[in-house]
Amino acid sequence: MASKQEHTEYVLRIGDNALILGQRLSEWCGHAPVLEEDMALANMALDLIGQARMLLTHAGQLEGAGRDEDQLAFLRTEAHYRNLTLCELPNEDFARTVVRNFLFSSFQVLLWARLSGSTDAELAAIAAKSLKEARYHQQHAGDWVIRLGDGTAESHRRSQVALDYLWPYTAELFAPAPSDDKVVAAGIGPAWPSLEADWEAQVVPVLNEATLTVPARTPFKSFGKFGRHSEHMGHLLATMQIMQRTYPGARW
Amino acid sequence: MYTQALDIPQKDADERGPRAVESPAYEAEFNARIDAGEFIEPKDWMPEKYRKTLIRQISQHAHSEIVGMLPEGNWITRAPSLKRKAILLAKVQDEGGHGLYLYAAAETLGVSRDELYEALLSGKAKYSSIFNYPTLNWADIGVIGWLVDGAAIMNQIPLCKCSYGPYARAMIRVCKEESFHQRQGYDALLQMMKGTAGQREMVQDAVNRWWWPSIMMFGPHDKDSIHVESARWGIKRISNDDLRQKFVDATVKQAEVLGVTLPDPDLKWNAERGHYDFGAIDWDEFWSVVKGDGQCNVDRIAARRKAWDDGAWVREAALAFAEKQAAREKVAA
Repeated sequence: MASKQEHTEYVLRIGDNALILGQRLSEWCGHAPVLEEDMALANMALDLIGQARMLLTHAGQLEGAGRDEDQLAFLRTEAHYRNLTLCELPNEDFARTVVRNFLFSSFQVLLWARLSGSTDAELAAIAAKSLKEARYHQQHAGDWVIRLGDGTAESHRRSQVALDYLWPYTAELFAPAPSDDKVVAAGIGPAWPSLEADWEAQVVPVLNEATLTVPARTPFKSFGKFGRHSEHMGHLLATMQIMQRTYPGARW
Repeated sequence: MYTQALDIPQKDADERGPRAVESPAYEAEFNARIDAGEFIEPKDWMPEKYRKTLIRQISQHAHSEIVGMLPEGNWITRAPSLKRKAILLAKVQDEGGHGLYLYAAAETLGVSRDELYEALLSGKAKYSSIFNYPTLNWADIGVIGWLVDGAAIMNQIPLCKCSYGPYARAMIRVCKEESFHQRQGYDALLQMMKGTAGQREMVQDAVNRWWWPSIMMFGPHDKDSIHVESARWGIKRISNDDLRQKFVDATVKQAEVLGVTLPDPDLKWNAERGHYDFGAIDWDEFWSVVKGDGQCNVDRIAARRKAWDDGAWVREAALAFAEKQAAREKVAA
């Protein structure tokens, strides 16, 4: 049987991914290459923030310490966030943004599909709703990856640079988390390594169609899901948390 | 959002696009249809000046929507709760959508979105001056919803019945969404006014900064504003001063409920007129912002220009890919 803490932490890993990538994507609003993408990126950010709200609320209830979605989103210190490092990396340019969205949404699609059969009924319901959103994100990002990879020499170059930069961080998606073992055993959700083969089967053909070279695996490791983040995370949190930190206890 | 009831001529009027054959008989028929309250549709004959007036007005409106994404977008990453972040994201996304409908409505008049966009970036085309004011604290987001969207709705509701069909239909949807934004903005302020002293201080500060620019959104006084043709053509149906008065009358009570002071010592009920009197508007400030000397004029256009320039390689890639695809399909067929 998974402890309350283990169960909460597993849900936080999933919720924090949505929160932090939603925060990153929202930085695009008003600055995208075309108006349609301004709207699409804002819409995806909105989906992710919506997922984060449901998951953090659920995590707060599991934890039982009276923390709501906002206390979890805005008032933890950096080492208590459980998101993948991939989600917190800066947007850089449109190529990195869509390549990351593709790599991440492909992961989310598989995860939501597995979680929709979770023994945690609340998590299963959230997953069923979120799966539809993730499929759209995957479709949107995948189309752009192909368009940019197989577009001009410049767009191909930028896409390959983005993929080379992001790829090492994808190892973390499938790194085992021993503290999740009991959660997996209880049928709450999948073990992370179990998603890897399906993810590669979805991702690699699209990257090939985009004429991009899939990088080889390296010894590089990142540890965001265990609370050890990149240097970028502190700045993201400083921006995101400023109002809650400046006006403690205020309701909005 | 956001019309500004001010028809600002572009420096070099666009001479391109389909030219109408000018004919007194056509014009008489056109005027009769306007008088009968019928909609004019894209394939109908219309006087050239009507077409140009509409292109200018609709594109200024579209530009206002997308420039308006910037001051609000300034707060998305700092929104104080997840609920408010989601509401703001949805709102700014709606503004982008309004921009799209309106560019599409303008395109029915024989002009392309890229041409209109270039006119914005080069400074030839204007947008609502309200967005040249900065958003300095979180309450600005609520106040923009309440006052700026509120003023925009007053301006825009008559446009739902304007004579040009595509514009009128776009405005029906825009107005529905705007009125939702206005209520959300007011709700955010109500919550803050029930909160801490620091929150109430933010709201009052935002109201102090946005009140006058909001009532300037209705444009110059009727005596200084020439809308004869727009009125004749059913584009401008209610005068600037009438709309402004309606807005002030509605807003004073809302301010009372909220518990904020509107920054106008001359604001008082005039029983004889049945309206609120208000103080003199600083038209020097209005014109200086219109002419480019507002706090954010340079930054707003620089931000739009940067997004456009930084995105050039993306648009080129999309085009190149579409051409490759078309060539492949041709070979396959």
